[in-house]
Amino acid sequence: MNKQLLLGAEAIALGAIDAGISGVYAYPGTPSTEITEFIQNSVVAKKSAIRSTWSANEKTAYEAALGMSYAGKRSLVCMKHVGLNVAADAYINSAITGVNGGLVVVVADDPSMHSSQNEQDSRVYGKFAFIPVIEPSNQQEAYDAVHYAFELSEKTKLPVMLRITTRLSHSRAIVSQGISRPQNELAPETDTKKFILLPANARAGYLRLLDKQTKLASYSEKSVFNRIVDGEGNFGILAFGIAFNYVMEVISEHKLDIPVLKISQYPLPEPIIREFTEKLDQVLIAEEGYPVYEELLRGFFNNKKFTGRLDGTLPRTGELTPDHLAKALGIKMAETKTIPAIVANRPPELCKGCSHRDLYEALNAAISGFEEKHVFSDIGCYTLGALPPFNSINTCVDMGASVTMAKGAADAGLRPAVAVIGDSTFTHSGITGLLDAVNDKSPVTIIISDNGTTAMTGGQDSSGTNKLLDICKGVGVDEKHIKTIVPLKKNMEENIAILKEEFEYEGVSVILACRECVQVAVRKKKADR
Amino acid sequence: MNKNIILAGVGGQGILTIAAIIDLAAMGEGLKVKQAEVHGMSQRGGAVQSHLRISDSEIFSDLIPLGKADLILSVEPMESLRYLPYLSSGGTIVTAIQPFDNIANYPNLDNILNTIKNSGRSILIDAVALAGEAGNLKSSNMVLLGAASPYLGIEKEKIEKSIEQLFSRKGQETIDINLRAFKLGLKASENKPVNI
Ligand SMILES: Cc1ncc(C[n+]2csc(CCOP(=O)(O)OP(=O)(O)O)c2C)c(N)n1
Ligand code: SF4
Repeated sequence: MNKQLLLGAEAIALGAIDAGISGVYAYPGTPSTEITEFIQNSVVAKKSAIRSTWSANEKTAYEAALGMSYAGKRSLVCMKHVGLNVAADAYINSAITGVNGGLVVVVADDPSMHSSQNEQDSRVYGKFAFIPVIEPSNQQEAYDAVHYAFELSEKTKLPVMLRITTRLSHSRAIVSQGISRPQNELAPETDTKKFILLPANARAGYLRLLDKQTKLASYSEKSVFNRIVDGEGNFGILAFGIAFNYVMEVISEHKLDIPVLKISQYPLPEPIIREFTEKLDQVLIAEEGYPVYEELLRGFFNNKKFTGRLDGTLPRTGELTPDHLAKALGIKMAETKTIPAIVANRPPELCKGCSHRDLYEALNAAISGFEEKHVFSDIGCYTLGALPPFNSINTCVDMGASVTMAKGAADAGLRPAVAVIGDSTFTHSGITGLLDAVNDKSPVTIIISDNGTTAMTGGQDSSGTNKLLDICKGVGVDEKHIKTIVPLKKNMEENIAILKEEFEYEGVSVILACRECVQVAVRKKKADR
Repeated sequence: MNKNIILAGVGGQGILTIAAIIDLAAMGEGLKVKQAEVHGMSQRGGAVQSHLRISDSEIFSDLIPLGKADLILSVEPMESLRYLPYLSSGGTIVTAIQPFDNIANYPNLDNILNTIKNSGRSILIDAVALAGEAGNLKSSNMVLLGAASPYLGIEKEKIEKSIEQLFSRKGQETIDINLRAFKLGLKASENKPVNI
């Protein structure tokens, strides 16, 4: 069998190619990006014409995947956890319609917020939509889980979620490749009502979905990803997904004799959990993310038989580590060295020569003469303008919020109301907000820092490249107030003047600050050689 | 056989090339490998680390427990200290002495180097000088790999073979430079008085 050292993300991508997908749909987002990139770079995927270009955002990605499923083919859709918020409308409703060809949605959570605004747990979304969720614990399981999830999706006619976290996505291990399966033939949906969510159909669809729940739990009960580790005594551990690894690390290192039940599929299978917990007096619940199932098992009346993140046995927030589990299992930590006081923090920073640097320098100068200095910003490399030496921005909430928050603040009377947004973020979620501002004639200055790429996540193609001017014109921004600048030292005075002038304008202005990301430029040069 | 290695550096310094070579060699030996990496935000010039675990039995956790690292291999001196809580009592630090100074408050280098020397068994390598001697400054990571190679639990010939394999697409000259760098690093570390 072919063995390769793969990131969890890559194992999923390979699994999807082998499971016969006809397309992957995604918008980049750490820690999910590498799944789609692997498929984009795969020779096999190219040969079998698996489509894989980036989507404009997670909602368009999800809907396209659903359309491919409607046509009878298998589709994969990938995103980071907050991406599912963007796709949520399509996602929740796709559980009511159900699917035709298999549809697997991979959602990569980021506990500890290594590269994110929050650490929301997508398993909650799984419950919310009433669909099956698989939570692999290692890279091999991740590979196998994709095949399994597509089978389950076609068997249940539901979308299936694969929930992973940063640690699994970004860690490598040796993966054995299984057999590959051909793509589905084109076989469009024949049910003429299922996908039309008019109330009468939707009610029927919702009942159909609820009717499936017992069956889904029985699939979880028999899941190949469950595992029982025998042990003695009246204390046991219920471990979910990747938390199982940390439990086993401690158990094998310290030769503990404790029964463990690992669950990697939801909805929660009742019988095996009942059987496992019934004979125990105390059960530690180890789950990565929110204490979703701990809360369920404790219940409203706080059954103290169960311990975990809610009672402080494990930390309430952040990613689990083997050390957290060791402590929870009463292992005395040997003394470890401490980080010497001399070690200074080294936060990330904008690259030398980055266009955002010159933009922020101009922006700081331009806004310095105004009494109120508020800059609504967004998510991307340019968010690093929040840190010294720039300290240029006041907000970073969710993709696209710079435009709309600036508009709302302008409506409230704030002047100037300035937004800074990246090109990829603008096409992801900024265009509709700009249309709101145009329709309301809001006095905002929207600066699109256009470096021609989606830099923060590693330099993926940006869907608006070379189209931004036309988009802004098309949305209805007055051409006289669309200014293009090149953020370079030598243009500093001119750029400051343009910014100041537009800050003063009582209407919608757009500044297109265009200069290529230096990392992308370097990569292109290397590729040319 | 069981080795836990923390690779440390600054985003963009290329610690994953070192990891890739150790991975290849370990896999060639039929060992199991797990390697947790940092992608995303911190890669922009922030502190980055990789947990590399090699074993002949099943490896559960992608993360090394505190106090269980046999080796901290750092391409930057201050970064070697950031992960000290992971170092086991008998563990070794192998680090380059050249600072990567991209912050306003980078500490005094002599203080850093002295702290490293006082932190356990440590091997400080002038990776830049030896890389220059090998023929290309970019080979400094291979110098460090060479210096760390006695502590990896894998025969050095196997590692050299992996270097050849990894750089095979880049031509014989690149392979030779990197092998030379590896050997210079190894020699330097063998000749170094080790601080305990
Ligand atoms: C809903 C959502 N999807 C994806 C991400 C991940 N993400 C953060 S920044 C970014 C790219 C931003 O690109 P751009 O706006 O062009 O700015 P740049 O990084 O190039 O400066 C992405 C994809 C996110 N935070 N939220
Ligand atoms: S990757 Fe590109 S956009 Fe991001 S900081 Fe570096 S130069 Fe700037």
